[in-house]
Amino acid sequence: MIKLFKVKEKQRAENPNGTAPVKKQSAGELRLHRDMGELNLPKSCSISFPNGKDDLMNFEVTIRPDEGYYLGGTFIFTFQVPPMYPHEPPKVKCKTKVYHPNIDLEGNVCLNILREDWKPVLNINTIIYGLYHLFTQPNHEDPLNHDAAAVLRDNPKMFESNVRRAISGGYVGQTLFPRCM
Amino acid sequence: MADSTAHVSRSRDLDKLLLRPGHLVGPTFDPGTELRDDIKEYVKILVVGAGGLGCELLKDLALSGFRNLEVIDMDRIEVSNLNRQFLFRSYLISSSLLSTRRKVKAMQPCPMSNLMLIDLSIALVRVLVLLQVRLKDLRLQDVGKPKAEVAAKRVMERVAGVNIVPHFCRIEDKELDFYNDFNIIVLGLDSIEARSYINAVACGFLEYDSDDNPREETVKPMVDGGTEGFKGHARVIVPGITPCFECTIWLFPPQVKFPLCTLAETPRTAAHCIEYAHLIKWDEVHSGKTFDPDEPEHMQWVYSEVNKSSICCQESGAIRHSRSYIFSNSDRFCCPFMVVIKNYKGVVKNIIPAIASTNAIISAACALETLKIVSGCSKTLSNYLTYNGVEGLHTKVTEFVKDKDCLVCGPGVLIELETSVTLRKFIGLLEEHPKLLLSRASVTHRGKNLYMQAPPVLEEMTRSNLDLTLFELMDKTPKDIVHVTGTMSKSDKKTSLSMKLRLVFKGVDGVADMDTAGGA
Repeated sequence: MIKLFKVKEKQRAENPNGTAPVKKQSAGELRLHRDMGELNLPKSCSISFPNGKDDLMNFEVTIRPDEGYYLGGTFIFTFQVPPMYPHEPPKVKCKTKVYHPNIDLEGNVCLNILREDWKPVLNINTIIYGLYHLFTQPNHEDPLNHDAAAVLRDNPKMFESNVRRAISGGYVGQTLFPRCM
Repeated sequence: MADSTAHVSRSRDLDKLLLRPGHLVGPTFDPGTELRDDIKEYVKILVVGAGGLGCELLKDLALSGFRNLEVIDMDRIEVSNLNRQFLFRSYLISSSLLSTRRKVKAMQPCPMSNLMLIDLSIALVRVLVLLQVRLKDLRLQDVGKPKAEVAAKRVMERVAGVNIVPHFCRIEDKELDFYNDFNIIVLGLDSIEARSYINAVACGFLEYDSDDNPREETVKPMVDGGTEGFKGHARVIVPGITPCFECTIWLFPPQVKFPLCTLAETPRTAAHCIEYAHLIKWDEVHSGKTFDPDEPEHMQWVYSEVNKSSICCQESGAIRHSRSYIFSNSDRFCCPFMVVIKNYKGVVKNIIPAIASTNAIISAACALETLKIVSGCSKTLSNYLTYNGVEGLHTKVTEFVKDKDCLVCGPGVLIELETSVTLRKFIGLLEEHPKLLLSRASVTHRGKNLYMQAPPVLEEMTRSNLDLTLFELMDKTPKDIVHVTGTMSKSDKKTSLSMKLRLVFKGVDGVADMDTAGGA
């Protein structure tokens, strides 16, 4: 390609102001764009874009469970989609402090498809359904909040009343949960 | 006289490739001294990364007759780099010795010089002892300095005539124009993310003609090297002609990640404990502050946290395990403290121990491919070479296949439009277009979402664009690329997909800037 390089070099010397190249969208952004265009959420979930319509990489999902222990609560999750999406999963955190066996008090979420079982064929829709599932069927076998998991396992009735207390704003044990109904 | 003989001898091996014809050469090969001189004068190469591979690449390229090199790297030199990144040194002694050695050679080119060198170094150490210079002050001469700057300086010191411009910054910090300036980009990187970025930049320069053939003058070839322990690869990427990085990105195996609850509840290995400390414990203590594995203080915190038995599982003896894990990997180039931190980095940053000889082999392959692309003195690798030196030695060349619908390097579908077409009408056209048949399309242009079919909140925000003309929405660019996503129905099967479209507006050509200026 040396001849081509030579010609180009001479052209550049003669005409230094070529057209400026423009920034292209990354493959991850384009894939996310497709995920969004296909998003099909249940009534209990909604999505918002705090940075406006052109930043799809950061968004919030609000889940209002319509059955189970957490009925009536409102839980907000933040999504951060990495540039290598879908090769890497989005980072998801729960913004609402919640009494839940699979979500710790810092908002870390233990959901298999967010870490060890993530595959590029999965999408934002599957994650949101996965999160919704956590509220309808909390799982004491993969605990992040050990106390909540133990109560759920040993005394589901007490777990239910603890959840009620937490989402209506109150103490469970030593921890204060803000109202989220 | 002496100078010219030295010059001839330096390019002697290169001349065997560049001055003589052969039957395995590329179609455009034109042997002769002009070729050799043109390579010196006109070829400009960017080396991305000045680490293990980058050091080798700079040396190899400089010795292959390339004169105009630039190197970009965001890192500073660390003690643990010094065993393989041979352009960096730890002791001041070595550079003063080197200059002494050169003087000795210049004065008296005889076989005794090595002996004299030893004598001299002993003398030098004595002098230092006399002067009571502490070794601590002498060591770490390069440690902490930007890799790109030191590497460029060292190669220029050793290879006469070569000019290397260092760039101490992130690859994302450079304008696209910067990358367009090079004829070839050679990659010595350690992450998929960085490769993907450079690939997107290089493919971004690519243009296609009306018959969907790549325009040669817009092709920006890349040569990508990578190593991991005893394994490595070298790869030639000619956008539009061979598959780009994104065409085959699905071949990468997924990263090993541990379930969060395992980390919190039943950590079994040292890696579990370390992950737990930096993923969960970090946020509990430093709320809001992001963890940076390059920050020594942060790593130190992780280290001390792991060692607190409180966070490790009591029954599994994980902490004892983690200690043995840390110290078993010690390497004698580092002091014990650095070893510990380094191994934590291994987990936190997914670092795999690097082998100097692997770097040298892969870099040699990359430098040779670069020379082949430039000169045509041989056909290039087609197009992916793997090297494995774990047991014995195995290398193999695999021809990867281009994804014709690749969103990054593919041509996309060419569509001509009137400037008066509204976005609504355009979306309708996509449904009827025989090559597309795309229904419910969402449209995006240069990172701006022009219209989104879902979710409702985005649909609402972009709805007002529907009745504007596409030409206006695209800032009156005469031709540009837009991406559309939607559902394609083919023989009753519905598939969702993204597509790249090359839009050209009729009746608007290159002088559009002047037209709009006149119109406004």
